[in-house]
Amino acid sequence: MPETASITTTGTASTATTGAASGKVTDAEFPVARGCPFSTPAEYEQIREHSPIAKVRLTTGREAWWIAGHELGRTVLADRRFSSDRRRDNFPFVSTDPETRKQLQDQPTSMLGMDGAEHAQTRRALMGEFTVRRMAGLRPRIQQIVDQHIDEMLSSEQRSADLVEALSLPVPSLVICELLGVPYADHDFFQGLTGPLLRHTTPPEARGRIQEELNTYLGTLIDRKLTDPTDDLLGRQIAKQHAAGTFDRTSLVSMAFLLLIAGHETTANMISLGVVGLLQHPDQLAMIKNDPEKTPPAVEELLRYFTIADTVTARVATEDVQLGDTTINAGDGVVISGLAADHDPTVFTDPDRIDLERGARHHVAFGFGPHQCIGQTLARMELQIVFDTLFRRIPTLRLAAPLDDIPFKSDAFVYGAEKLPVAW
Amino acid sequence: MRIDANTDVCIGAGQCVLTDPTVFDQHDDGIVMLVTKHPEGEAAHRAREAVELCPSGALSLIEEPGDS
Ligand code: HEM
Ligand code: SF4
Repeated sequence: MPETASITTTGTASTATTGAASGKVTDAEFPVARGCPFSTPAEYEQIREHSPIAKVRLTTGREAWWIAGHELGRTVLADRRFSSDRRRDNFPFVSTDPETRKQLQDQPTSMLGMDGAEHAQTRRALMGEFTVRRMAGLRPRIQQIVDQHIDEMLSSEQRSADLVEALSLPVPSLVICELLGVPYADHDFFQGLTGPLLRHTTPPEARGRIQEELNTYLGTLIDRKLTDPTDDLLGRQIAKQHAAGTFDRTSLVSMAFLLLIAGHETTANMISLGVVGLLQHPDQLAMIKNDPEKTPPAVEELLRYFTIADTVTARVATEDVQLGDTTINAGDGVVISGLAADHDPTVFTDPDRIDLERGARHHVAFGFGPHQCIGQTLARMELQIVFDTLFRRIPTLRLAAPLDDIPFKSDAFVYGAEKLPVAW
Repeated sequence: MRIDANTDVCIGAGQCVLTDPTVFDQHDDGIVMLVTKHPEGEAAHRAREAVELCPSGALSLIEEPGDS
């Protein structure tokens, strides 16, 4: 293969043919950045046309398989011969920053990076905290949090705000506080740390320091709950472990931290992008304003359309696996591209169009297989409440900048908006 | 039509409960519990959808003699 670093210049008949022979259909480096929230990389289409799987070069210089089809993507995510263990050689990290990769590889494995029985055991210990019934119990409190933030927006004289700071980030942050059982008095302190931790522009060193401070805080919180039990996620986990004689402070801290990271920026980005998507489609927005029953399917469509965690679903083959005509060798890295799967035209007709009524529940925005998002019911509820409440209470909400001027996180691991100027 | 739930592989994502709470429920530990093994009419239709959506392969449908 020519080692050219050209991007997006393929697609001519000759390149496609040569590419097909060697299994490589594009010279682009992956992941390919999205041009804007309303476009998906053309390379995904190229891979799908050829076969839904192709060998690509990652921006890190390594090679990996890239899966761009919905059915094949779900098949591989459900196949236990593919491992999530980030410590394995050749795990297809997509970050080009070696320091970040090292951090990811070295950090104590959380359930996200576990396989098989170990994963099942860890996930099962926590699963009961995320049942549909338990999440429904959080609804009134989440509604209150959302209302308070919209009250604050409405009280501003200038009738404008950065939605990311005003709503998208603080809502999931306070919901995590509520879920974990961070006492009310500590909310400001907690948010003061998580805000910069998740801000895209925070330099890695500063992020490292904040992470340490948060871990210290979480450790102290766990100690407090051990002596003074509380009826919340952390309190119940502590009590359960304590009763079984398996109290493990370190693993509790890392679990709390995982929930914080996994459930915060993702939800925040979906709030921002969802608002952009809805505002760009006023007819469809009117439909959900008139009938809140339409909000849950609308949320599914927005999750599908933006599939913000495109490359989180990465794996390593633990043995040779035959996928159709393609042989994946043991040790090969595989990225199951959620965004590509969710824009597969054989599954979603006219996939690049937002259709809030299409019925998109079978998207893979939350993954598939044993690691499918444990927080999905919570995320769905947060998004439904935010969209319903925001457009009901501020019906004149509009973008305060042209789409082209909004800083979207085109190079981030999880896609989103850094700032979202809105006015009403 | 009968539904089978393999509680050993269920990962408690709750997709089934979200699809039809008259057919599926969850124990306090998150694991699926069937409210009925024999959903009918609309519920049967939604149960099929839930089987499709279940991420862990815990749910299966068994067609029985007499099913139309
Ligand atoms: C819109 C919001 C969200 C999106 C798009 C999202 C996306 C995802 C995806 C794609 C995975 C699968 C990763 C894999 O297969 O390797 C995942 C796993 C996970 N998510 Fe979410 N997530 C969201 C919200 C949340 C929330 C609110 C929480 C918790 C409070 C959460 C906690 C987790 C955890 C703990 C895992 C690991 C599960 C496992 O490995 O078994 N997520 N998420
Ligand atoms: S959808 Fe499947 S994995 Fe999720 S709770 Fe139901 S049976 Fe379990």
